[in-house]
Amino acid sequence: MLLDIKNIDVLYDDFQVIWDVSLNVQQGEMVALLGPNGSGKSTILNTISNLIGHKKGQIFFNDALISNQPTFTRTRMGISHVLERRRVFPHLSVLQNLLLGAWHEKARASRDESLQDIYRLFPKLEARSHQLAHTMSGGEQQMLAIARGLMGLPKLLMVDEPFLGLSPMVVKDMIGIFKNIVNEGISILFVEQNVRLALSMADRGYVLESGRLVIAGDSVDLVDNEKVLKVFLGN
Amino acid sequence: MTFEIILQAIVSGLLTGLIYALIAAGLSLIFGLMNIVNFAHGEHLMVSMFSSFWLWSLLGLDPLVSIPITVLLMALCGVLTHYLLIRYILKAKMLIQICATFGLSIFIRALAQFLWTPDFRTVDKPLLEGRIEAAGVFIGQPQLFASVVCLLAFVMLYLFVTKTETGLALQATAQDREAAEILGIPSNRMFAIGWAIGLGCVGVAGGMMTNYFFIFTDVGVNFALFAFVAVALGGFGSIIGCLYAGIIIGLVESLGGLLIDPSFKLLYVFAIYLLVVIYKPQGLFGRY
Ligand SMILES: Nc1ncnc2c1ncn2[C@@H]1O[C@H](COP(=O)(O)OP(=O)(O)OP(=O)(O)O)[C@@H](O)[C@H]1O
Ligand SMILES: [Mg+2]
Repeated sequence: MLLDIKNIDVLYDDFQVIWDVSLNVQQGEMVALLGPNGSGKSTILNTISNLIGHKKGQIFFNDALISNQPTFTRTRMGISHVLERRRVFPHLSVLQNLLLGAWHEKARASRDESLQDIYRLFPKLEARSHQLAHTMSGGEQQMLAIARGLMGLPKLLMVDEPFLGLSPMVVKDMIGIFKNIVNEGISILFVEQNVRLALSMADRGYVLESGRLVIAGDSVDLVDNEKVLKVFLGN
Repeated sequence: MTFEIILQAIVSGLLTGLIYALIAAGLSLIFGLMNIVNFAHGEHLMVSMFSSFWLWSLLGLDPLVSIPITVLLMALCGVLTHYLLIRYILKAKMLIQICATFGLSIFIRALAQFLWTPDFRTVDKPLLEGRIEAAGVFIGQPQLFASVVCLLAFVMLYLFVTKTETGLALQATAQDREAAEILGIPSNRMFAIGWAIGLGCVGVAGGMMTNYFFIFTDVGVNFALFAFVAVALGGFGSIIGCLYAGIIIGLVESLGGLLIDPSFKLLYVFAIYLLVVIYKPQGLFGRY
């Protein structure tokens, strides 16, 4: 098991938003985390990165307990997290953003090769490498954010709403890129609101409602599942 | 009023301006990095001057010789300030952050008065003394040297922030701390580095000023005020902005003193400050 979350509770101060959630990701798997607004999807990714601590439960990565390891150790372990709303460094160039993605020693050693791979995957980023990130379009910034995550040579790539604000054409490109990444043995855990789209690409899905897991399973079993529909459409 | 006198005012304004600029750059770096205003900046300057003074009076080291020691001591002081105080208030409300660094300033000043008394001190017979004359303008050698060193330090600071990997990480942390942390950049360490560099700048300025300035426990007050003005003029968090702003302040102070009345020197500087705050609150210059 690459990532294994066991029965975690998460609170913001005294306000509990995640109840007893368990979730896992195997190597080379693409897993979707689904749920309506405010159901706690981002909170779970942020907990895995330890931007928020969790009460109760444990988080394992490669069979090692990582619950209390500080956030900055995650990339070194092999977890890259592309935060919600891109969060590229606005006043740095595209290239500088990418270089910062390869901060830990191992990634830094093969930084130049990684950069070539990234440019092959996202040719636009090479053409724009000296442009300031905040002057890129929303879709380009999303590509940059994902590319920056890949520069850390992750075993697990977590992406929070990768398709937000992307045009259908770009979404199609992005799906292709995700499939390439998984084919290289990297696992992907991503958050998405569009159930049909997410399940069309993921191997498995988890559905959250108000901080609790309501259903989990293979994508094929979740598409057209009544319980899933109910969560998203209400009763 | 002759041309020489005006030229004299411009030159001395320029020279002090460079010192203001470096002090302000330290303040600006810290603010830009973690959104904390170091209200003890003037006291840190005072400490650096005393460090230089005691190294001279106890160990016989001339301020020019002891400057690396003073800078290192101040950098260490910065690291300690971060780990002993600042890191506990990073997530606190702004009012608490203000009280913390303001409280630190009172603490340092009171401690200095207790340990060293409020006497005025000077360094006698420093290596660098006297003045030179060029085109009818007199320039004190220690002042000239201090300004040149401050300018050099400024250039090094700028190159460090914009051209090195650590500088890049500092910029990233300043722009989005969580995103930087997620990429593996420990923000706590970056903050400590920021404090070390910020107070290191103050150490350069203070160490050089010991050559020609009185050393006393309240010496930092006016310098800190000018540093705040420079940071506001230059644009909060902008390092290059501090250079221009420092020079503007130095010129306004000396030309205003010459053309109007020297006893209102502070007034001219703060008038400029108010004008900028009202009409261009984002500051006059851009980032870095
Ligand atoms: N920093 C915070 N402080 C307090 N409450 C928070 C904080 N961040 C999120 N919450 C609360 O936690 C709950 C889950 O939020 P979260 O952002 O994880 O939802 P989400 O599923 O990602 O939603 P969306 O699809 O809108 O991004 C919400 O009720 C939200 O109000
Ligand atoms: Mg979210």
